This record gives sequence, C-alpha cells and structure tokens, in this order.
Amino acid sequence: MTTVADLFDGYAVGAAWDEVFDTELRPRSSAQGLYDALSVLSAEDLHGRSVALARAFRDQGITFSLSGEERPFPLDLVPRLVPALEWDEIERGVVQRVRTLEAFLADLADVGQVLLDGIVPRSLVLSSAAYCRAAYGIKPANGVRVHVSGIDLVRDEQGRFRVLEDNLRTPSGVSYVLENRRAMARAFPELLASHRVRPVTEYPARLLAALRAAAPAGVDEPNVVVLTPGVYNSAYFEHTLLARSMGVQLVEGRDLTCRDNTVWMRTTAGTQRVDVLYRRIDDDFLDPLHFRSDTVVGCPGLVNAARAGRVTIANAVGNGVADDKLLYTYVPDLIRYYLGEEPVLPNVETFRLEDPDVLEHALARRDELVWKPVDGSGGKGLVIGTQATEETLMDLDALVRADPRGWIAQRVLQLSTSPTHVGDRLRPRHIDLRPFAVNDGERVWVLPGGLTRVALPEGSLVVNSSQGGGSKDTWVEAGPEAPVAHDLQSPGRLARTAIRKPASGRPISPGPTRQDQQQ
Amino acid sequence: MMLSRVAEGLYWIGRYIERAEDTARLLEVHINAMLEDPWVDESAACKDVLRVMGLAEASVDPTAAGTSRKLAFARDETSSICGALIAARENARGVREALSSELWECLNATYHTLDAQEASSERYGPFGFLRYVRERAATFTGLVDTSMPRDDGWRFLVLGRSLERVDMTTRLLWVRGGRGSGPSWTELLKCCSAYEAYLRTYRSAVDPDRVVEFLVLDRLFPRSIFAALTQAESCLAGLDPTAGRTGVGDEARRLLGRARTDLEFRRAADLYDDLPVLLDGLQRTCAESGDAVADRYFHYSASTSWAREAG
Repeated sequence: MTTVADLFDGYAVGAAWDEVFDTELRPRSSAQGLYDALSVLSAEDLHGRSVALARAFRDQGITFSLSGEERPFPLDLVPRLVPALEWDEIERGVVQRVRTLEAFLADLADVGQVLLDGIVPRSLVLSSAAYCRAAYGIKPANGVRVHVSGIDLVRDEQGRFRVLEDNLRTPSGVSYVLENRRAMARAFPELLASHRVRPVTEYPARLLAALRAAAPAGVDEPNVVVLTPGVYNSAYFEHTLLARSMGVQLVEGRDLTCRDNTVWMRTTAGTQRVDVLYRRIDDDFLDPLHFRSDTVVGCPGLVNAARAGRVTIANAVGNGVADDKLLYTYVPDLIRYYLGEEPVLPNVETFRLEDPDVLEHALARRDELVWKPVDGSGGKGLVIGTQATEETLMDLDALVRADPRGWIAQRVLQLSTSPTHVGDRLRPRHIDLRPFAVNDGERVWVLPGGLTRVALPEGSLVVNSSQGGGSKDTWVEAGPEAPVAHDLQSPGRLARTAIRKPASGRPISPGPTRQDQQQ
Repeated sequence: MMLSRVAEGLYWIGRYIERAEDTARLLEVHINAMLEDPWVDESAACKDVLRVMGLAEASVDPTAAGTSRKLAFARDETSSICGALIAARENARGVREALSSELWECLNATYHTLDAQEASSERYGPFGFLRYVRERAATFTGLVDTSMPRDDGWRFLVLGRSLERVDMTTRLLWVRGGRGSGPSWTELLKCCSAYEAYLRTYRSAVDPDRVVEFLVLDRLFPRSIFAALTQAESCLAGLDPTAGRTGVGDEARRLLGRARTDLEFRRAADLYDDLPVLLDGLQRTCAESGDAVADRYFHYSASTSWAREAG
C-alpha cells in the first residue's frame, strides 16, 4: 500500500513559500493536522476521491465556459489552510482596502478632494479606460458603491500576504467557494471533520441583506434581481447559483425595460418594478444610452434610473477607475489619506511607467519583470518576462513604449506553493487567494475563506481559470467561539424571535415512538 | 377489491420507502452540518437526531460517524435506511404479483447493492450512499407514478407514503422546534428539499415563523404536512366509495380530516408558539389513523365484522 510518504516522494521546496512544509521539508505546525490526515491515505484512495469529485462537479454543472465550451473548474483534494491569526490580518487588510476605495469613489463622484490635494494625479483618473463620466453625481441610497469585491492576494517568498490587485466591478468565483466546501465535505468527510473550519454558507444571505440594504429610499420590500449576460457568459453558473441561493429572479437585459426612470421586468403577471439590480455585466454593456451602443445585453435607461435614485445598480457604475492597475500603486497613499492608517497588507512593488526614467529602467530589465495591461482582467495580455520568448519581449517593448499609461511592471513574485494532486503524487503548485467582501453600508464583511486558485502546470505562475488553473478549498481555522450572527436579520425581527423561544410546555420525553409494521 | 394481505404489503412498501428517503435526507443534512459548523455540539446534536428518529440513544456512540452508521446501516431496525429498504423489499416479495415488474426490480436491485454500498461508505464516507438512496427512492416514485393504475393498490401505497411523510416531517420539526436546539432552520428546509422553494416564496432571510408556516401549511409544496394530509385523505376517500351523505364513517379519514382542518383554519401567526402541542397532536393522529387503517382494512376478522353488523 502506498502511503503519503510515497505521495510526497520527490516533493521539493524552492524559492517560494510552501504552505505545508518549511525549507527543511518538515510540516509547519499549523499544517501538522493536514499532513497527519493525509498520511493514512493511499494513492488509489486519493485517485478514487478525485474521480468522485470531478464527477460531482460535472453532474451539478459547476463549470466555466472557455471559448464557448463548458469546462469543469478542477478542484484539488488538498485544501489550503489559513490559521486564525493569519486570517485576522487578511480580514483587517481587506476591510481597510474596501473602505478606502469606497471613500475614493465617493470622493470622485463628488468634489474630488483627493485630486485637489494632489494625492492622485487628475490625469491618471481621466485617462483610465474605465473612467466613467456618467458615474459623476450618482448618489447610491446607502452610500455603497462596492457592494461586492474580490481582493486578490498572493504570498511572497517570506510568507507575507500582499495585495496583487483589487476587483471592484463584478468579481467572480464566489460560487466555487460555496461549491468547493460542499464537494469537500462529501468527498473527504473525515479530513474536514479533523479540522475546525469556519463555514462559508452564509454568503448568499449576507449578499442578499447587503443588496436589500442598498435599495432606494422609501422601498420597504425591495425587489432584488441578478442581471446576467446570459448562458454564454463564462460565469453563468455562478449567476444561477447566486440567484437560486438568494431566492431572487435571474434576469437578462431583454427581460427589463425602463420607463420614466424606473426599471421594470416583464412577467406573466404584468410588469414588476425592479429596485436593486445585482448586475454581472460590465459597464460597457450595461446601458447602450451611455456606453457601447452596439449591444443588447443590457437595457437602455438603467443609468438614468440609477441617477434618478429609482434603482440601485450593484456594483455601482464607474468602479473600474478604482481598480485600474496604475491606481493600485496609489492605494497605500489613499489608505493613509482617507483613514489615517498604515496599510495592513502591502502591495507588490510596482513600476509606474509614465515616468520616462522609470520606463527605461524597467524596459532594460524587461526579462525580469511581469508586465500587465492596466485594464486587463483574467490574466489577459499579461507577460511574464522570465518565461517569455525574446520575440514576445520585443513586441512588448513596442507596446509599452507606445502606451506607457496602459501598462505596469512588477517584480516576478514567486507565489507560495501548496501540495497539489498531480498524477499519483502530491506536487508543489503555485497558488493565490481571492477573499470576497460584502459591504452592506454598516460594515464590510469578509467571507472567511475565499477562492484559492492553483496554477496546475509545473512552475506556472498564472492561476486564472482561463489559463489552466484549478482551485482549492480554503479552510480558515475557527476560533473557540462562534461569531454572533447579530446583523443578519433586521433588528425588529431579531428582537421578536429572541423572545419567542418555543413555550416549552410539556417536556417531550423519550421522543415519539415509531409506528412499525406488525409481523 | 383486493386481499387485505396485499393491501397491507403495499401500504408498508409506501411507508418504508418514504422513511428510507426521508432518513437519508435528514442524515445528509445532519452530517453536513456537523462537518461545516466547527462550533456545533456534536454529541448533543447526534442525540437529538437519534431520539427523534425513535432510536435508543444509549446504545449508540453519539458522534457523526456512530449516528450515521446506526441510522444508515442498522439492518435489524426499520428506523434505519437499510432496515427500511430491506423491509420494503420483503413486503414486495410477498405481493410481487400486485406490483409491476419494474417496481419489483427497483426494490430488489436496491436490496442487492446494500452490501457494496455499506463497504464503500466505510471507505469514502456516507454521502455516496445517501445520494444513492434518494435516487433509488425517486426512481421508485417515478415508477409508481407511471406504471401503476390508480386503483386501490395504488391508493394503499400512496396512503402509506403520505402518512409516513406527515410522521417524518413532524419528527424533523421536533428536532428543532420542540427544543429550540438541533439543526438550523436552513438545514431543516434542506432536509425537505424545501430550501430553494422557500427562498423563492419568501425572498428574504430564513425566519423561524415562516419556516414553520412553510413546512406545515404550504398548500403548493408537496412535502408540507398539509399537502401530505390532503393526499392521505384523498386516498382514503377513494378506498371508501360508500361514503354517506352525512359525516365521515371511516375513522382514519375522520382523524386526518380533523387534523387537516385544524391546520387549515389556524392563524399562521400562532403556529410557532403552538408548535410543541401541534406536533404532539400530529404524531398522535399519525399513529391512530395508522391503527384505524390497519383495523379496518388489514386484519379485521369475521367476528369483528359480525360485531359491526350487530351494532
């Protein structure tokens, strides 16, 4: 019988921080339990569970679309552990970041004091591809613009968590967090049982509460809907899951119409007003009156309705300016400016290429850096200097010189590695982490866990699902006490249910007897 | 007209398959909750479940593994999934000629895979088995729907299923509502496949009052107590075409009808506070109407008939 000692045969720890082993290949104390639990497994065991897991994902339709083809998003059997103390830091860092970027967006939609004070150059904001004039002056009902965010983190060679990028538009991936946990509980129950892991199940309820809280003033029972581009969108599975688990309608642009600055959906019972639109459509396609006019994915009139305060669009229009990758380099300054705090989570060192000296310096060592277009997402257009061909680098040189505002360069950071099931062995593979935050206007809540993405090809640093990535379930260690779920229900409701413990009239002794067939 | 013995067999097949399915649902949600909630008191939660399922808790190791082994695989207890499936197949063997061959095959094939299922459950955990049970039960239900004429045989089978459903849903609510502990309201809904339907109906966070209202009173959801009572009643009405102009002569139907109207005309707002008493009453109704059905259809002897004639 093959034991885990064999599964780990030839496991090597390189320059990157390994999540399970230290540099001497000893399990870290926080990962000892995981190591022990794996050590009773055989290769066939691991294989059998992998097959079951893959089949479950296929049957449930947990897929993403790649060029029109439905593909499963492979889930690795080895979870990623986050000790309570580390999570505490991540949580504080993410909350700080979201609050800062909210303040920044609110400022931009108002007088733009941050520009007047010279913290961020006005030209940077105006030249951002995502800058949106239409967002100016729209006042969201409860002041929230970043209802949902995904802050991408990586872990550097010293084990320090750093922010890689902010996603404030329509970050996706949370459905995998929910489904991964479910799948792990089924495929690997004893492993989950041997750890104390914070649950992720409350996400849909939190999201719904935040969306309801964002409803226009004066609407008591808001009609919340999820707006999807349709079945061909790569994240369509996620849209259906969120709508289903919140119990709200999933609508497409063609289901909606705007009249008198109000948004309606067409139903068999006539039109119904829509109060909150959780849209999973990019700004560009949202409203042909304001953005691209050659699209029918959205619905004309949405932006005007939002401006009139008749509908809340979540996330707000124009958030893209705050997750522009060049603006990213200013976020630590923004944290100090708006909150008067030091950043909890540092950025990755980044070159601003608009300065000609910096540009020359960076291009001279272009084969040592990572190059990213400022408005790209999903790893699109990204060039890793150390792994690129000379030809690619020549092309890159020309592209960057032609548009230095359109690019950033970062040092190649060796993302941390985690043991990952490859063939019949466990092998180190690079991972990142995307925690999700929900802002209901009262508080920024961070889902304990988040999406750990893993780059499956050996040595690859690109974790995007569209580039051969998979995922891992993220297990945040639970503290001794359950957090009080005080803010999930409206106060009135809570007070009432708290008093209304069932009147324990008669003691229900041994339990109902079972009626059985007489033989 | 059919043999009492055959009628009884069909009635119990209906009950046992429903019981196996509901127990599988309960166990799945229960174990999942143990796994996903690090703060749960495992021993207390397991004892709650065992007690409500009518199993002696003393003999069982009150852990998720011990509970699931007992509830899933205790073959000599018809309260367990295996026990119920075996009993259903045993009944089917005795009334094989009254079942369509597909139905018999469904029950028999399920029976023959139990060993393999138990072995794989030991190795990979119980979820595969629980899912298998739900799928087999769904197959069975589908075959009943498409291969049985709506005659008395069908009525007895569906009557058994409906009574068992009332019984099991009551027990589920008991785990939670009777004591204020146990699985969360969300889990309770999931046990009854009602979570998504609930969310679509109420469109807001899970609220105890509404969960109780939904599981007890909802007229459209097929697993609510109200729906199951109505179904049982209509089976009994079909079995007794001689119903007179006044009153209802059939004891079982009278009991169920009273319970159903009691629910129907109750103020939804009072439901939650009345729950312990209500559940107690429903349990009693289930037991008594079960007895009444047995008395009337399954084993009345010539002498009792005489007595009735004389009366």
